Amino acid sequence: MDYLVLLGILIVIVGFVLKLDAILIIFAAAIVTALVGGIGVDGFLATLGSSFVSNRSMAVFIIILLVVGTLERNGLKEAAAALIGKAKHATPGIVIALYGMMRVVFAAFNVGFGGVAGFVRPIIMPMAVGAIEAAGYKPREEYVEELKGMAAGMENVAWFFGQMLFVGTGGALLVQSTLKPLGYNVDLLRMALIEIPVAVIAVGTTAAYYIIKDRHLRVMYYGDAAVSGTAAASVQKG
Amino acid sequence: MSFFTNPSNTIGAKILEVFFIIMGLIVIYTGVRNLRDRSNPTRYGTCMFWSLLGVVIAFGRWIPATVDGALITLMAIPAILRRVGNGKSSVPGKRESSGNFARIGMRIFIPALSIGVGAMIGALIPSIGALAGCCIGVMASAGILMALNHANTPRVFLDDSERLLSAMGPLSMLPMLLASLGAIFTQAGVGHAISKLAGGIIPKGNVTIGIVVLAVGMMLFTMVMGNAFAAITVLIVGIGAPFVLAFGANPAVVGVLALTCGYCGTLLTPMAANFNIVPVALLEMKDRMGVIRNQILPALVMISVQIVYMLIAS
Repeated sequence: MDYLVLLGILIVIVGFVLKLDAILIIFAAAIVTALVGGIGVDGFLATLGSSFVSNRSMAVFIIILLVVGTLERNGLKEAAAALIGKAKHATPGIVIALYGMMRVVFAAFNVGFGGVAGFVRPIIMPMAVGAIEAAGYKPREEYVEELKGMAAGMENVAWFFGQMLFVGTGGALLVQSTLKPLGYNVDLLRMALIEIPVAVIAVGTTAAYYIIKDRHLRVMYYGDAAVSGTAAASVQKG
Repeated sequence: MSFFTNPSNTIGAKILEVFFIIMGLIVIYTGVRNLRDRSNPTRYGTCMFWSLLGVVIAFGRWIPATVDGALITLMAIPAILRRVGNGKSSVPGKRESSGNFARIGMRIFIPALSIGVGAMIGALIPSIGALAGCCIGVMASAGILMALNHANTPRVFLDDSERLLSAMGPLSMLPMLLASLGAIFTQAGVGHAISKLAGGIIPKGNVTIGIVVLAVGMMLFTMVMGNAFAAITVLIVGIGAPFVLAFGANPAVVGVLALTCGYCGTLLTPMAANFNIVPVALLEMKDRMGVIRNQILPALVMISVQIVYMLIAS
């Protein structure tokens, strides 16, 4: 009989796998768990209400939205592009790696630049392709395809692990509020500090991996000369 | 009113409560503005969703818990029926933002960074706290933006936040709803049932095995569900608490690293379409798995690094 309360978990897993509406899944799982767990309708509403209200800290993103759109309106993206553009003679791999480093530092302050749609596609990819052309080569489709994959990967890795450095990020708040009814109180600043080595290693290894992979790809598509500096550019042009 | 006059509540908690009222009003404004937006095909449902949410955020503390619960359940109905949408909004044009950049330049980073600086300063002052600090940082950021560019009137801030909130839609409430689901799981004894079930597989008292199962479980659960937030509410209650934390492991280390072990799963799964499949389309890539392929090595490195980290630090 005890195991019947696991029905809610089954609903969550099956629901997400079947890609049903996420809010529908949550309510179905919550109501079923409350009913089989003997909490009843009243208990369901009271637990839902009190936990939602005590978790309003997760709504802090709403007050942050107050400035996010206006920052963009006042040239935040353009400034970020200018910052990366300061690196001269960068290879495509280095452009992507630099973006990852900038992204993780700003993520710690809860500042984004528009993700793949708003920044990687309009700014990082043209810079990476521009770097191939600046070295005197013609961008090859298979090579650019790999660069796109790496740029999107850099975006995901830097954002996932970088956002955890922001004190009061949604993920840490969820951990805090999940642990609280179990009797464990955890501190937000402490959790952000714990994540610092994780974010540094994540972005560092990913950036290094992409720089090395990019180097291999250039050798594969353009020959050894493509990685031996500016001399290659003149040979190719000549 | 007694909440604000009670000396046992910290000044940070009182500041935050004031900001909850402001946030609630922003959310209600989002509802009202959508109601008046005839280009929004679902304006009634949209208004119902945001208005009810705004009431709970602004005044939930003073409303009985059962009524709050009923308001949230009502709020979910238009969301589930997909009657919450978005009208045509005025996205800032490229010309406007590059014109502003020409005048403001790199100084735009000052208001951008002040949110996080506020959160950090708040976190260091125990009576304020990170969240109230973050809210104060947002106010500082808005003040600096107004000083940098006089076109940034309060109306611009309000309409920009309404535009972004409408675009995010009901799914922005997922973390809060999942946290509530976690509370209901705990209340109903789900953790107890899982630990009895898993007790046959995980030897009780062996924290090392518990940590490895939790970390790998978070990764696999997230791969299956496509959402680390959903996975963590289940696995902290079911495995983290009974098999790891009950034996004295550090809850902050285990809790937060379990979540980022889940993120390794997010990097590996087409279920997390927003991060791994939508970019393939946005970047016009040929290979549907082209993003995930480039994330396999980082994800596997990070799950190993984090397991070792948990074993050492907890």
